[in-house]
Amino acid sequence: MATITTDDVKHVANLARLEFSEEETQQFTHQLARILDYIGKLNELDTTDVPPTSHVLPIRNVVKEDVAEPSYDRDLVLATAPAAEEGHFEVPQVIE
Amino acid sequence: MPLYELTAHELHEKLKAREITSVELTQSVYDRIGAVEEKIQGYITLTQDIAFEQAEAADVGFQRGDEMPPLAGIPIAIKDVICTKGVLTTCGSKILGNFVSPYDATVMTKLHQQGAVMIGKTNMDEFAMGSSTENSAYRITRNPWNLETIPGGSSGGSVAAVAADEAICSLGSDTGGSIRQPAALCGVVGMRPTYGRVSRFGLVAFASSLDQIGPISKDVTDCALMLNAICGHDPMDSTAANLPVPDFTKSLIADVKGIKIGIPKEYFTEGMDAEVEASVRHAIELLRSAGATVEEISLPHTEYAIATYYIIAPAEASANLARYDGVRYGFRAENAEDLIDMYKKTRSQGFGEEVKRRIMLGTYALSSGYYDAYYLKAQKVRTLIKSDFDKAFEKVDVVVTPTSPTPAFKIGERTADPLQMYLSDVLNTPSSLAGLPGISIPCGLTQSGLPIGLQILAAPFEEEKILRVAYTFEQHTDHHRWKPEL
Repeated sequence: MATITTDDVKHVANLARLEFSEEETQQFTHQLARILDYIGKLNELDTTDVPPTSHVLPIRNVVKEDVAEPSYDRDLVLATAPAAEEGHFEVPQVIE
Repeated sequence: MPLYELTAHELHEKLKAREITSVELTQSVYDRIGAVEEKIQGYITLTQDIAFEQAEAADVGFQRGDEMPPLAGIPIAIKDVICTKGVLTTCGSKILGNFVSPYDATVMTKLHQQGAVMIGKTNMDEFAMGSSTENSAYRITRNPWNLETIPGGSSGGSVAAVAADEAICSLGSDTGGSIRQPAALCGVVGMRPTYGRVSRFGLVAFASSLDQIGPISKDVTDCALMLNAICGHDPMDSTAANLPVPDFTKSLIADVKGIKIGIPKEYFTEGMDAEVEASVRHAIELLRSAGATVEEISLPHTEYAIATYYIIAPAEASANLARYDGVRYGFRAENAEDLIDMYKKTRSQGFGEEVKRRIMLGTYALSSGYYDAYYLKAQKVRTLIKSDFDKAFEKVDVVVTPTSPTPAFKIGERTADPLQMYLSDVLNTPSSLAGLPGISIPCGLTQSGLPIGLQILAAPFEEEKILRVAYTFEQHTDHHRWKPEL
């Protein structure tokens, strides 16, 4: 497996919507490389014919009756928001 | 003996006989918190107003002579990763520092139905990511047995509170060992039920294919009572198994004749503390002399579990934690230039270092070009780990191991090296990946006075076998009665 570089860390940080100082970027690069190096031991195993397990329970596509039920009160939910106005969540301007 | 030192089942008898009231009991627990919490630092939030209201309600029922459930009027602490209506639910994170949940988790609804008393919300590693509770944004919880050592994690607050008699029982959550490992290190009983046994609705998500809520208690009987209260199907969680829930108190049988115990040789590796190994071997001999048969087994992929876990759990976490964006709840950073900048500033200021590290690891493992090499590979190895257990349980009823390779370590000892910290859960992550139930019960103390835990695992939905073996061990020993000096 490839070694992680500072450019990879910057790219992944952007994907994850995180930002780091140059010092933090260096530190994360070093730590993630060490962890990924350890994880590389999985390559000792031949898993060509092994099916993946995403979930341990033998269940798929659990559905329930399509019946409308009351949900939480809008004001109650908006009360947890950092900013809300006129029944909506408020965010910084998106479109110029 | 002060009331706070008793177990739920002992207290239930006293409440039923009207020897005591729940208000007196609740006061006794808060007095204890007043006396020792400065040392332990197990709680993030105390909920006195709610607790005394619940205690008074339970007392009305007891006074009337109603048939009261076993946890009615019993003071219980709740890990701060479980949503509690109208009460701060921080997950040990700054990003949820002001989050008052608008709803109750299903487990809370079930505890309310029992008439239980909520004492407060307990400290934890941020978003349950950690093995020492040092990753909390709020405080460092200390192990009641030695205040210079960690209580384990991530449910360190819930476990330390029970060990220090600051709660009668508590709820924790276990993703890769977060109930069992701290229970071992603090000398109490902690159980991770089978994945799907307990509804995760209202449990703030870390790794959805692994997370499970479970009880922490002073003995195995209380563990069974807590399981009876919280298990069961829930339409709000599609992964909560639609299976009948047995009465777990029926498994409290002090007899292991005919029970086959498997001892996995891979769990006694180099790096294991000699006192831990001796204590666990002694416990196994005790079970053998009580009538169980013991055989060595092999779980050959054990050594790959930590590597597998540290792909799967961070990958799921990176997706689950995408929701903390400063829009709908929690913290929002100021002075953002635009929406994307607000997301980045909010998340960078709101999350702690370990959470960021796992989000980075998970995002990397899922990113274009790396998915097959990491995530898919880990899912395949997960299959191999699970099939090791499937094969083992064709031959044995339960698997018995140490819970943790070492007793509690010093505060600060492993914080500089994330990988070293991750390896703390080496004996817990394999069964988590397989979705198995597991318990840790106290089985000894080191010479320096630190607790040692015995882990008992069973096949999915066979908690009853675990409880029977654990109860038998408890009936032959008095480790569960030992208390730290505070």
